[in-house]
Amino acid sequence: MTDLFYDAAPNATRVAPERPKPRHYPDKPAEVILFGTCVMDLFFPEAGLDAIRLLEREGLKVHYPQAQSCCGQPAWTSGYVDEALEVARAQLALLDNGLPVVVPSGSCAGMFRQHYREVFADEPDTLKRVESLAERTFELTEFLLHVCKVQWQDLGPPTQIALHTSCSARREMNTHLHARELLAGLDNVERLDHDHESECCGFGGTFSVRMPEVSGAMVLDKTRSLRESGAAEMVTADGGCLLNINGSLAKQKQAFRGRHLASFLWERVSGEVRS
Amino acid sequence: MSARSNILNKLRAGLAGTTPRPDEFDEGLVTRPWQYAPEDRITRLRSLMEAVQTEVHQLPAAQWPEKVLALLQERGLNNLLYAPGTAHGQVLVNYWQQAGAKPELLAYDRPVDDWKEELFWRVQASVTSTVGGIAATGSLALWPDRHEPRLMSLLPPLHIALLNASEIEDNLYTMMQKQNWSAGMPTNLLLVSGPSKTADIEQVLAYGAHGPKELVVLILEDR
Amino acid sequence: MNQRIPVTELSDTFRGRAKEALADDQLRTNFRVAMDSLMQKRADAFPDEEEREGLRELGNRIKARALSRLPDLLEQLEAKLTENGVNVHWAETTAEANRIVHSIIESKQGSQVVKGKSMVSEEMEMNDYLAERDIECLESDMGEYIVQLDGEKPSHIIMPAIHKNRYQVSKLFHDKLGVEETDDVNKLIRIGRETLRQKFMEADVGVSGVNFAIAETGTLLLVENEGNGRMSTTAPPVHVAVTGIEKVVENLRDVVPLVSLLTRSALGQPITTYVNMISGPRKPDELDGPEEVHLVLLDNGRTGAFADAQMRQTLNCIRCGACMNHCPVYTRVGGHTYGEVYPGPIGKIVTPHMVGLKQVPDHPSASSLCGACGDVCPVKIPIPELLQRLRQENVKSPAEQPKVKDGGAKYSARERAVWRFWRTLNTRPGLYRLFLWGATRFGKLTPKNLGPWTENHTAPVPARRSLHDLAKAHLARAESQHTGGQS
Repeated sequence: MTDLFYDAAPNATRVAPERPKPRHYPDKPAEVILFGTCVMDLFFPEAGLDAIRLLEREGLKVHYPQAQSCCGQPAWTSGYVDEALEVARAQLALLDNGLPVVVPSGSCAGMFRQHYREVFADEPDTLKRVESLAERTFELTEFLLHVCKVQWQDLGPPTQIALHTSCSARREMNTHLHARELLAGLDNVERLDHDHESECCGFGGTFSVRMPEVSGAMVLDKTRSLRESGAAEMVTADGGCLLNINGSLAKQKQAFRGRHLASFLWERVSGEVRS
Repeated sequence: MSARSNILNKLRAGLAGTTPRPDEFDEGLVTRPWQYAPEDRITRLRSLMEAVQTEVHQLPAAQWPEKVLALLQERGLNNLLYAPGTAHGQVLVNYWQQAGAKPELLAYDRPVDDWKEELFWRVQASVTSTVGGIAATGSLALWPDRHEPRLMSLLPPLHIALLNASEIEDNLYTMMQKQNWSAGMPTNLLLVSGPSKTADIEQVLAYGAHGPKELVVLILEDR
Repeated sequence: MNQRIPVTELSDTFRGRAKEALADDQLRTNFRVAMDSLMQKRADAFPDEEEREGLRELGNRIKARALSRLPDLLEQLEAKLTENGVNVHWAETTAEANRIVHSIIESKQGSQVVKGKSMVSEEMEMNDYLAERDIECLESDMGEYIVQLDGEKPSHIIMPAIHKNRYQVSKLFHDKLGVEETDDVNKLIRIGRETLRQKFMEADVGVSGVNFAIAETGTLLLVENEGNGRMSTTAPPVHVAVTGIEKVVENLRDVVPLVSLLTRSALGQPITTYVNMISGPRKPDELDGPEEVHLVLLDNGRTGAFADAQMRQTLNCIRCGACMNHCPVYTRVGGHTYGEVYPGPIGKIVTPHMVGLKQVPDHPSASSLCGACGDVCPVKIPIPELLQRLRQENVKSPAEQPKVKDGGAKYSARERAVWRFWRTLNTRPGLYRLFLWGATRFGKLTPKNLGPWTENHTAPVPARRSLHDLAKAHLARAESQHTGGQS
């Protein structure tokens, strides 16, 4: 349905936005920016580095602006709009140079692509720059698959894995499809489904500390279904979920672990074996 | 200030400076996925209704009174509520007389208040007309009126409905347009899609909640 | 099973009630099984994604159009219904609505009321109000009847007794109705049928809700499977319908997609057993149907939600329950944890306008914002977006004038200061890198106990070197190799 009509009054009755059209992907660029995300920065830096290695392997020059920090999502989802706005503004300034931005975390990529519009809703001039950033933002698996069009040779031994996708990454970035397709391209990797695969792991940022009992019940169910899938390990393209799932597994004293998809992919295509 | 004006004033204040949204009703969305070749309509209606435990029979129009009698006899029922002021009510009475049928015919010819107890507890079956069927959802449309009151399709444990094969439409939208419902609605217009049911305990489906336990549809080949 | 805690004795916070619910294995199993089945049924009812999405968009636009003309449509509805012989009443509060219903019953010297399923009457707590005035108000929907018999509230808007299994119902019927215990669901339903049929016959007044009120024709449309709605609106001499002001739609044809969305989203049914369209009382020459029909239009906070264009979208809701069926939080804690009439995601966004955020301060935060609710909403209410908005209103200071009833319920100067610090840290690159340096260097000193986080997780230990650090070193190396190769 096309919007035949637009009522610009601030109190006009709203309709749902049109469904996004399938994304048109550009040719592979020469240079990209990696936005590392705050969770990866502190807790999974090696995975961030693996993301850089994967991009370099495709012949790209990677920039990692040292002034980057956080996309602003934690404050935004907690209702602290002013704080989110200033942090977002700082990142926007940093990413304003027209280069594609690759993010190894679907929910942060979704923040750039979807939610900055809401964050800067009252600043028409900023919104133009926000649209440009949204256009240039790619989640890592999406970028490797559709922009780099990777064709990999799987150098790793046969293995079975489970894939977890963050909810916002799935909804806002289709990361589940991209990650599945990348994994399907690896000959020795079998992806096993797990029970209630699309259900939230219970992280939800501050939700996990505001409602620890409910969040805990969710991650307990998630880790159980991951373990019961028969997979050797879990991979995910989202740092928040990884922190949640691995932290819970460690608390339960389970040997099963998850890791970032970037690290898993790097091992498969580089042949590098880490213990 | 009355509640009415307070409510309306608050709503109007909320809409200040705005224009009403246009009518973007797209009838294709409610008709296109629900279109069938004429010969498939009956098949679809049957299969959907049978899936919710409705008994469906297809028969030449003239044979329905005989079928009604057979349905009662199969079940050992000994009365039938009917609408004496309707054409099909008269056909039924005539057949009953000719055939010397045993089950007692109960005419719905007086206000419910005069015989509530009997209607609620004694009546075992009823037969009513319909104003058509809907293939898309497996539904009957009932248009009760003074001759064929509302409770006839609700109180008896067995409800037998007569449906003309030629009056089965593809979908609800087509039916309401063809019959121009919006020009004048009856006191009560009903879509019925099976015997009454509930899944309120453990989602286990049980038929015969508060309305009929059994619904039998007789599709009359009238062409 | 016997450890179940009566609603009246539940803890008074969401977290407290959630804890109790999570500890009840029977309850958790009942919900998980039921919600899994409802999700599957919905999925099966919408086999064609394109068709489903087109219909959701249409549903969204029909509701938006109705809301954009809501005051006019309410007046049109009133005029049409009046023309059809229906008495229309308006109530700003639930107390007013109760008074209206009571005065109707009183004018008929009524003492027995049967009620079809109505969430608005739950908002009004009509049963209690009438009981205090010596009027028996009996629920007739099987699930509602079970819940009422046990002195509980519904735990789901479509399946009120979903938290109970057959053994619990059997025990209840045995205790309250003196019947033999049975694990046969059909027998249990038959007991309900026989008991309630007598009540339908005797009732002085029937009360029902409304799914859609059609302005064009002056018609009240109700969907149901059991026939209790038809009974309540047909058998007693007086029918009183109660509904929220947002239920009005413009045209009869508008209900075609809305009914389809409702029944398929709620229970995965192509249509309910009955679609009951009522356009007036018994006409002089008709033989049954109520002699009087009344409609009570209730505000109860809806005009407050309406005043805000973003929150107005909550009034799109057609009460299908799909959001709760798909909610990982609801599935685990059940409906009673929400402590209010409307549970689940929709409850979180409609309740604050009715009772104020102070009464439900934790509602907005009790979500991981996973978005499953918004994905399945048949009228495309952006539930996660509205939850985020409520979080904003919830942490505002009084000076910031929250725009939602009793906003600022979670305002805390201390928490605000923490986020200010977070902002400073994340907007000053030098400071941020200093923080990284400290965190990575002293990561091993992370305390084992980090409050709520370490209830479910081990404490996360920062890596020895940050990504900032690793990337800088790596990229410098790559750069030097690159330039080295060139020279």
